[in-house]
This record gives sequence, structure tokens and C-alpha cells, in this order.
Amino acid sequence: MPAVSKGDGMRGLAVFISDIRNCKSKEAEIKRINKELANIRSKFKGDKALDGYSKKKYVCKLLFIFLLGHDIDFGHMEAVNLLSSNRYTEKQIGYLFISVLVNSNSELIRLINNAIKNDLASRNPTFMGLALHCIASVGSREMAEAFAGEIPKVLVAGDTMDSVKQSAALCLLRLYRTSPDLVPMGDWTSRVVHLLNDQHLGVVTAATSLITTLAQKNPEEFKTSVSLAVSRLSRIVTSASTDLQDYTYYFVPAPWLSVKLLRLLQCYPPPEDPAVRGRLTECLETILNKAQEPPKSKKVQHSNAKNAVLFEAISLIIHHDSEPNLLVRACNQLGQFLQHRETNLRYLALESMCTLASSEFSHEAVKTHIETVINALKTERDVSVRQRAVDLLYAMCDRSNAPQIVAEMLSYLETADYSIREEIVLKVAILAEKYAVDYTWYVDTILNLIRIAGDYVSEEVWYRVIQIVINRDDVQGYAAKTVFEALQAPACHENLVKVGGYILGEFGNLIAGDPRSSPLIQFNLLHSKFHLCSVPTRALLLSTYIKFVNLFPEVKPTIQDVLRSDSQLRNADVELQQRAVEYLRLSTVASTDILATVLEEMPPFPERESSILAKLKKKKGPSTVTDLEDTKRERSVDVNGGPEPAPASTSAVSTPSPSADLLGLGAAPPAPAGPPPSSSGGGLLVDVFSDSASVVAPLAPGSEDNFARFVCKNNGVLFENQLLQIGLKSEFRQNLGRMFIFYGNKTSTQFLNFTPTLICSDDLQPNILGFITKPVDPTVEGGAQVQQVVNIECVSDFTEAPVLNIQFRYGGTFQNVSVQLPITLNKFFQPTEMASQDFFQRWKQLSNPQQEVQNIFKAKHPMDTEVTKAKIIGFGSALLEEVDPNPANFVGAGIIHTKTTQIGCLLRLEPNLQAQMYRLTLRTSKEAVSQRLCELLSAQF
Amino acid sequence: MIGGLFIYNHKGEVLISRVYRDDIGRNAVDAFRVNVIHARQQVRSPVTNIARTSFFHVKRSNIWLAAVTKQNVNAAMVFEFLYKMCDVMAAYFGKISEENIKNNFVLIYELLDEILDFGYPQNSETGALKTFITQQGIKSQHQTKEEQSQITSQVTGQIGWRREGIKYRRNELFLDVLESVNLLMSPQGQVLSAHVSGRVVMKSYLSGMPECKFGMNDKIVIEKQGKGTADETSKSGKQSIAIDDCTFHQCVRLSKFDSERSISFIPPDGEFELMRYRTTKDIILPFRVIPLVREVGRTKLEVKVVIKSNFKPSLLAQKIEVRIPTPLNTSGVQVICMKGKAKYKASENAIVWKIKRMAGMKESQINAEIELLPTNDKKKWARPPISMNFEVPFAPSGLKVRYLKVFEPKLNYSDHDVIKWVRYIGRSGIYETRC
Repeated sequence: MPAVSKGDGMRGLAVFISDIRNCKSKEAEIKRINKELANIRSKFKGDKALDGYSKKKYVCKLLFIFLLGHDIDFGHMEAVNLLSSNRYTEKQIGYLFISVLVNSNSELIRLINNAIKNDLASRNPTFMGLALHCIASVGSREMAEAFAGEIPKVLVAGDTMDSVKQSAALCLLRLYRTSPDLVPMGDWTSRVVHLLNDQHLGVVTAATSLITTLAQKNPEEFKTSVSLAVSRLSRIVTSASTDLQDYTYYFVPAPWLSVKLLRLLQCYPPPEDPAVRGRLTECLETILNKAQEPPKSKKVQHSNAKNAVLFEAISLIIHHDSEPNLLVRACNQLGQFLQHRETNLRYLALESMCTLASSEFSHEAVKTHIETVINALKTERDVSVRQRAVDLLYAMCDRSNAPQIVAEMLSYLETADYSIREEIVLKVAILAEKYAVDYTWYVDTILNLIRIAGDYVSEEVWYRVIQIVINRDDVQGYAAKTVFEALQAPACHENLVKVGGYILGEFGNLIAGDPRSSPLIQFNLLHSKFHLCSVPTRALLLSTYIKFVNLFPEVKPTIQDVLRSDSQLRNADVELQQRAVEYLRLSTVASTDILATVLEEMPPFPERESSILAKLKKKKGPSTVTDLEDTKRERSVDVNGGPEPAPASTSAVSTPSPSADLLGLGAAPPAPAGPPPSSSGGGLLVDVFSDSASVVAPLAPGSEDNFARFVCKNNGVLFENQLLQIGLKSEFRQNLGRMFIFYGNKTSTQFLNFTPTLICSDDLQPNILGFITKPVDPTVEGGAQVQQVVNIECVSDFTEAPVLNIQFRYGGTFQNVSVQLPITLNKFFQPTEMASQDFFQRWKQLSNPQQEVQNIFKAKHPMDTEVTKAKIIGFGSALLEEVDPNPANFVGAGIIHTKTTQIGCLLRLEPNLQAQMYRLTLRTSKEAVSQRLCELLSAQF
Repeated sequence: MIGGLFIYNHKGEVLISRVYRDDIGRNAVDAFRVNVIHARQQVRSPVTNIARTSFFHVKRSNIWLAAVTKQNVNAAMVFEFLYKMCDVMAAYFGKISEENIKNNFVLIYELLDEILDFGYPQNSETGALKTFITQQGIKSQHQTKEEQSQITSQVTGQIGWRREGIKYRRNELFLDVLESVNLLMSPQGQVLSAHVSGRVVMKSYLSGMPECKFGMNDKIVIEKQGKGTADETSKSGKQSIAIDDCTFHQCVRLSKFDSERSISFIPPDGEFELMRYRTTKDIILPFRVIPLVREVGRTKLEVKVVIKSNFKPSLLAQKIEVRIPTPLNTSGVQVICMKGKAKYKASENAIVWKIKRMAGMKESQINAEIELLPTNDKKKWARPPISMNFEVPFAPSGLKVRYLKVFEPKLNYSDHDVIKWVRYIGRSGIYETRC
């Protein structure tokens, strides 16, 4: 690029800049700038036209002033004029000004676009380059609109210069990133792929970036790039370091291009063609081999470039996850890096190993490095590297090495950085639980954990201990003994007191036989901690005391005395006072039998996904952990039965009422388990979903019944409680529907922040579209009713129903209600009348066994012919009379309209009055539809 | 209390650094420089809190004075101290500039030792300070023990601002009434806000320990006196002024002012500020500005400004300067004025019209044609107000010195022997007219 040469230098500009630099104060600078602006204004205003040089000079000055942070509101016109100049320097300054100061001013944009168009059409490569750079650096939507169609042509034209091609590829990439919808896909895509074969490595590098980004969105269109990329890669990898001349960087041939190609290949699964695959494997092997070679240079740039290629190759190997040989080699290579001098390398090695550990082929290989990793944990100076080491230990942990790893993590915890302690605590808790063979070990570990890092032990961790102890009879005695011993320490953490209080309250009787832990001693021990604890813990301890009253009648007077004391009975805290009063009453009034019933041992907790795991996920964010967890879950199913995934959010879960939970031991709401994510992108989605779902209230009880009622009718009351009534009125035509939702405030106070939202789960998302047409007023007056319209479009068949979530503030409390909207597949039914022979002809056409679904079920309601008829008509299909030879049978036909297809549907219902049974047979052209309709209709009789 | 005091030049280099308390570390010096002087955005608040340390600063031309504290001090006290400190420095070496500070830095440290003690402000009276902190060398044999003890007794005594045994051949005093008048006027000539802030500065060369009594046309005093003679009140009612609030030099006996509203004091020797006051009613506005702005198309603006002087024809106003702001897209200006000189100053985006002298009840006019460059900016010109500067030889608040009586019972000179000079100067403060 021709720099601004001496003869062309703008002296005025240089003087101005040096004046500004010499200004002593801000005020002086502003004065100087004002003066210059006035000068430029008078020059631009001048009647005689300025020559290109002075125009360029003044535009430059304006640009400089703008970059100093002052507003410029003129000079755009002059800059645009410069664009049409034929001199490079003038054009360059014009483009510079435009790219820095462009605003969406309509008239100017048109002029600018025109100038750019002219330059693009010119055959002058420098002008084309300038135009492309301008488009890319502005990169706005307007630019994309104007040129997105043009640039691909420039890119693939045969006679375009290499440097222009390079710019065009990068420019297109930029436009695609800012507004992907405006870049048209067309026949140029196949030609872009062939740029990978270009002679010029710069073009290939630019094209690879473009193709990688495009391929992430449309993998199918760029599939052919795989073989090209592989062959290009193999040419680079096998080339001698001198072959590529300019593109050899410190003896590494084209490192950037190699990295980009490897990244492109990560968009695709391993190639199917064995030849290509073999070649790729060869390449990867070569890269791994090269890593073993002695370095060709001592320079850090050489090793950086080499390692960059190597790490990218390893990520590709991990991504393919198909070549055990390569995986193991990669793992060994990373193992070498674990002890490398370079901190960054150690970090990267640990990080990559984390993902390797989750692959079944390399898991064992990773495990061989356990000593090194533990050593890293202990000696590493950099906290972020230690963090990775913890992650890796967590990832490589399995049954065989769990005790060792947990022990190491526990010992590290004592010296760990405060920022990562909580995470380590969670990890230890999870590992201990997951791989516990011997539950005494588990209990020991967790108590140790609380002892070492009590402050970082979250509620979930100790909840989980108690859940496990209660669910497993074999450890209860041991647990009671251990906590009793642990509590004897002079200072123990509050969490330990909580666990101790709970466990002794439940299972204190198991160790009461020992005179060293007689009931009174147990009680005194707990009570000695009582005054040091916070209110919730005290409340828990009070519950323990009343349990003691049940377990050990001999300490009843002592406990009653404690409860009766003023510090309990008249405690300032309402909760404590209430508990004290109630427990005291309970212990005096109730008989032993009643006491025994009321204060019975807690029933086993239902198995569910460990709440700790959910907490860890939330803490770590959606990136690696979800992946890791899922693979972990798969592998750990055989061990300990594994945590079962919680029911998805659609099933009705009653909201736990605080009073029912005597000990205040509310289990965390179950985290919804998404479908196992296939890629990290999917994992992200799942996590986003689970986040939002945790906010939404579980479905209101009874909504399931209401839902069923709406299958055959369109209007009615969907939901009702003390506060709110939701009414529905809906109409459907073909694949469209409209639903009027009426929210009635049943109270006399107003609802604030009233926000209904429509939630479609992601399975449902693509199949049905629902929009709330306009938001309702956030306040609903007492006794008032507001209406909202939801438009629905059925895109293809679906099974689930969208959920309507309503949040509002009533009085001071926040209310959250979720109901399923009764939008079911049969709503899009259009009845069709047909004659008997037509019906049976079609019936035979749909004879494929997958197309038919039959259900025999017992009648739930009295079998009335008229009601049944009404229900079938309400269901949406036409009721065909005199079709079936048996007049008692009902026959229906209809078409389900979706946006994409129409699905014909025939049904036959055969009642059996003696047995009070029905047989329902459905035949449709689509299996899923038959299934769903059958389910829906069966529930109606 | 003040933990430390720093003086910086405009580049943020430390010229003077004096730390009074241990809680102020060395990093405080840098913190102020980084966060205030070199701040990306101009810091407008005079008080800045950085890491639980408060910085109070004032700026004199290019010099920054910053007082630092970690405690919750009275900010008004700190600023009063900083202003006093500026006065003291100005009294010692004139203008506060980087060069002057560098040349006098030993003196400044000496002063700082004296006027602040462990962060508590001490005697900052220039007259008293000058007795023991001098710029010339002191020959110790000349200073007798007696004199030294006299200084001690004066500084620690009841009347710390005046030493005993002052003798003048000619007893003389000068009284300056300095006022600055602030105005904001609508284009139609309606007064939107106006006030006068004034100072009475006295320079006394009196022997002994004279007792002075100062009288002015304060409305309350006049009314109190005029109770007996009804017709006099009506006459003098116009002459008296209502003072909104005032503050006095420490020598004034406040108890007497509170009870009798009489201002009596023993003055310090030399120059001092006797009182400060503020009035808002019945202000005499010395000038009236009548603007006329006409936009001719998008690229031209015609401005006509008339100024009228509104005081006795015998008086002469001086140093008159009218500043007419121009739009930001001005590309050329032509001015015609009948009197004085007018010039377009591009660096300030204004037309500056200067008139050396102007008598009362006169009128003058300026015409300007402003050419504009069409811009693509949609926002309109905000039309900042036209501002004015001037100096007039009367007090715009209407304040009159009625008497200043001097009593010195010990020495034999009476009130009549003292030569008294009174001068009134009215200056413009922010004197603006919207256009």
C-alpha cells in the first residue's frame, strides 16, 4: 500500500496536530479546535471549489478532531466527493472518513453506496480493496442490504485478483456475521468451497474462515469442503518448512491456515469416505509426530505456532471421538504438557484432558496421569490452572480411584483459593455420593467436608447427606455415632450442628444404648451448641428436642424445662416461639401413642436427581459441565442405581407447603432434566431452558383434569383458585386458531405486575406457533376481568401442549400459576363426510401396521350413545352414520390440518355394554398422529 | 480534620506536599492525580471520594490545591481554609502561579506549619502571620526578647489580629465597597433572576487600638432610627437597602450586631475584608441589553444588539465587553458597530465587542451578519445567552456608607483627625440576556 509519501504530506495537518499536542490545558485545546473548525467551515463555504488536496487535508483534520472526541456535523459531503477521486490517497482518506463517521443519513448513504459500487465495478484492485474494506468496517445492515448480493460475485469471479478475493471473502464473512439473513445462499457456495484449492494461501485462509462460519449454519451445503480441507491440510502438513515461503511462520508451515482447516473439520462428523478418512488420520498422526520432534527453533513463536496446530488437532480428535489410537496418543501428548514449563500449556493440557476424560476410549489413558494432576493441584502457582486440575480430577474420577481423588480434593480444600472452594465442596460431595461403595466412607467424607470448609457447604450438600442417611438403613447407626463424636469437638460448624441435630433426632436411639452417649448426654451436647446458632438452626434443634421426647421418655422433663424457659417461650423470633409453644403443648397434652405417630421417623425421600448436581450446573454455567455430567450420568447408572432424572416439568408437582415440612427441610425443587445434549450448542439450549423453567411454577394441581375436559369442547373455565379464574373461548379453522383468555380477579384487591406468558417447550416449539397478540395491562383491578387473545398456528403434528404461565403480585406476595393451554392436535380437525364404501376403501389403504393404533379400555363414564356421539363430534371428526355394519359402533373421519401437511384420519369406536369396555381404533397416515389422537380420545370415555 | 495538603501544577506534578496525619499515605497524592487531574471526564465536583479518602480541591489558574482527609470533616470549613490559604499566599507573593510557588516553597512550608496544626486550622490572619513569618531574613539580635514575647501574647491573646503599639503619623483609612451584579434577563427584558454579592474591604492605617463603628443604609437600622420621625422614614425608605444575608470578619463583635445591629470592631492593621453581603431587591441594573436575532434562510443569521446604560450621565462605565455567541456552524461573520471594537473570535465561538468607556443614559448598537454552513445535523442551535462585562463607579445594590467612626480613647486623636476615603466599584458577575 503506498503510504502517504513525503511530497504528499499535509503540512497543515501536521501543524494542527502538533498545536493540539502542545496545548497546556483542555480549554486551550478546545479553543484551538474551535478556531480550526471555523477555518474549515469558511473554506468549505467558500464559493470557489477546493482542489482535491485541500479537501483531503480538511477532511483529515475533521477526522482527527472527531477522533479526539468532539462532534463533527459537517464535511460528510466533501468526504463523499473524495470517494470519486482517482487518486489513491484522496480516495483512501474519503473511505477512512466514511468508515469512521458514517451515520444512516439517507441521501448520503445513497451517494456512498454509489461510489462503492463504482469502485467495486472498476477493474482497479486497490480501489476494489478500499471499497471492500469500507463495507467490512462499517458492516451495517444497510451495507449488507446493498452489497451482500454483489460480493459473492466478486469473490468467485475468475478474473479477480488474489488480494481482492481475500478481502471479498473477509468482507462477506463480516456481513454474514452481522446480518446472516441478508447474505443469499446460491450457486456461488459451491464455487466458494473450491477456493480451498486456490493457489494463493492467503485466499485459502480467508476462504476457510468464511466457510467455517457458513458451514456452522448450513452444514449440508458445504459438505464437499471436508475432502478439500483434508487434502489441503495434508499438503500443508507434509510440506517441508521452506515450501510455503511467505506462509511459513518460524519453521511451522501455515499455522493459521492449519488451525482454521482443523476448526472447519470440527463442524462435521468424521468423513465417511475411507480414503479421505485415512488421509485425515494420517494428517493428524503427522501433527502428533511433529510434536515429538525436537523444536527447530528456540523462539517462543515457533513453539506457540506448533502447539496451536497441535491443540486444534487434538480438539478435532476429541470431536470425532472415533479413533482410539489417536485419542490415546493425544492423551499421552497432553500428559507431556502437564509438566511443561509454560503455564499456558499446562492450562490448555488440563482443559483438553477434561474433555478427553469423557471419551470412553481415552478415559483409561487419562487416568494414568492422576499422579501428575494431583501434583499440579498441590504445587501449581496459578489459581486458574489449579481450577482446571480440579475439573480434570472430577472428570477422571470413577469407582476405582474415587477414594484417592476425594481424599486429595479434601486435603487440597484446606489450602484452596477461596473463590473455588464452594465448587470443590460441591464436587467432593457429588463424587463421594456417586462412587460410594461403603456408605460409612461417604458419611465420614461429608462430615470431614463440613469440618474443613463449613462455610462453603451449601444447604443442598447437607440436605443430601440427610436424604441418603435416611434412605439407607445400614448407615444410620454409624452416622449417628459419627456425628455424635464430631459434635464433641469444642468448636464445630453450624452446618455440622444441623446435620447432627437432624440425625440424632431421627436415629439417636441407635446409639443410646452406649452409656457414653446416653439420651441425656446427647441432649446436653446438642443444647450446648444451641445458643451459638442462628435462628433456622435453633428451629431445627427444637424439632430435634421434640423428637427426643418421643425417642427417650426419660429426658422429657429436661426438654420441657428447656422449652418452657423464657428464652424459648417468649423468644422474639416468631418461628422459634411458635415451635417452642407448640412442642411444649404437644409433649404435655399428647399421649405416647400420638407422640409416636406424630413424631415418627421420617419416611425415605423419593429418589431424584441430586440437588447438588443442579447447583453445580448452575454455578458453572452451561459450558462444559453439562456435557461432562451427562456422560457421567450414563456411566454411573450401574453404580448405586444412579440418580434418576426428575420428571419433566409437564407432570404435576404440588407446591410444597411450608407447614407440611415439619423440619423446614425443604428439598430443592427438582431440576428438570433435559434431553441429553448432543453437542455443546445443544447443551447450552437445554441449560437456558432449565433456567427459565425453574422460574416457572409447577403446573397448578387439577389442571390435568381441566385439560382433559377441553379436548372435546372449546369454551369454559380452565383454572380457578381463590384468587384467579381463567376462562377460555376458542375457535379453530383449518390449521389456525384463536383463543380468547379471560383472567378474572376474584379478590377485591388489585393484582400488580400481572404478566401472562406463553411457554412452548422446545419439542413443541417448531411444531406449533403461539403468539400473544398484545400484552395485558399489568394491573388487574379487584373483581375485574381482562381479556387476552392468543393466535395459534399448527405447523406440524405435536403431542405436548403449550403452558400458560401467569405471574402477578397479590398483596405483598408473588403468585405464580402455570396451566396447560388446551391446544391439542384434534383442534385442527376438519370433519369429512363420506359414504360407506369410501370409508372402507380408505380404511384399507391405511392398513400399514404403524398407521393403526388400537386401544381397549374400561369406560370411566356411563355409556350413553348420545353423549358419545356428542363427544366424537366435539372431538372434531365427522360422525358417519350407517357406515359400520354394527349400528352400535361409531365411525368418524376427518382431516387434520397443519401448515405443512394434511393428515387424513379415520376412527372407529366399538362399545361393549356388558363389559363396560370400549375398543377404539384409529388409522391415520402418520403414526405419531394416530397415537396422540388415540390417547386424547380414549381419555374422554 | 485535614489529613494532608497537596499543591499540583496543571500536569499533575506535585509542587507542595504536606501530610499532617498518619492515615494519609503516599498513594493519596497519586490517587488524586489519576482520578481528578488526569481523569478522562472533567471532574466537576470539588469534593471527590477515592477509596474512603475525601479530596477537596480548588483551582487557581493552573494550580490545584487539594486538602485530603479520611474523616468526616465539615466540608465548608475545609473550603474556607483553602480560600484563606490562597489569600495568605497571595498576600505573601502575589499571584498564585507555578513559578511563584516553586520560588517560595520554603515559605509555603513554613506557612503550612503555622496555619494548620495536626490538621486543625490555626491563625490564618495575614497581618499576624507577617509578624513572625517573613520573606526576608531576620536578624535575631534586632529582635528583642520583648518583641518575641509580644508576638506570643498577641497570637495567643484575645485580639489575635492586631498587635499593640502601632503608630502612624497620619491616621488614614480606605473603604472599598466592591460589588458584583448577576443577572439573567429574558429577550423581552423581563428580569428572571438578579442578585448582588458585595464585599466591604477596609484598609486601615490607624494608631493604637482604635474602636471603629461602621454604619450603612441597612433597612432595619434606618427604620429603627426613623421610628420617631415619620416623614423621615418615607424619605429614607427609598435610600435604605434590604440585606439578605451577611458575614463579618472575625474582628466584628457579633453580639453587638445581633442585639443592636451595629457593626463595631477593632480593625486589623492593613487590608482586610470587613464584611460580605448579598442583596436581591431593588437592584440598579447598570446596563440593558436588547438583542434581535433574525434567521434569514438556512445559511444566514442577522444579529442586532443594542446596549443602554442606565445610570447618572455624570458617571462613566469602564471595560465594557459584550459577548455574542455564534452558532457552531458559522462560516463567516461581518460586524458593524458604532462604538468600540468588535471581532469574531472563532476559538470561542463568539463575537466579542469591546467599549472602553461609556457614560450614563447612552445607547450603542452592533450589527452582525453571520453566514452559516448547512449541516446534516438536525438539532437546532441552542442560542446561548449574550453575556456582558463592565465596571461602574457605584454600588448597584444601592448600599451607602453612612459613617465610619473611630474612637481611640488612649491616644489623643479623634474621629475628625482620621482621613477617610470611600470608593464604590460595581462589577459584572454573570450578567446575561437571553436572545
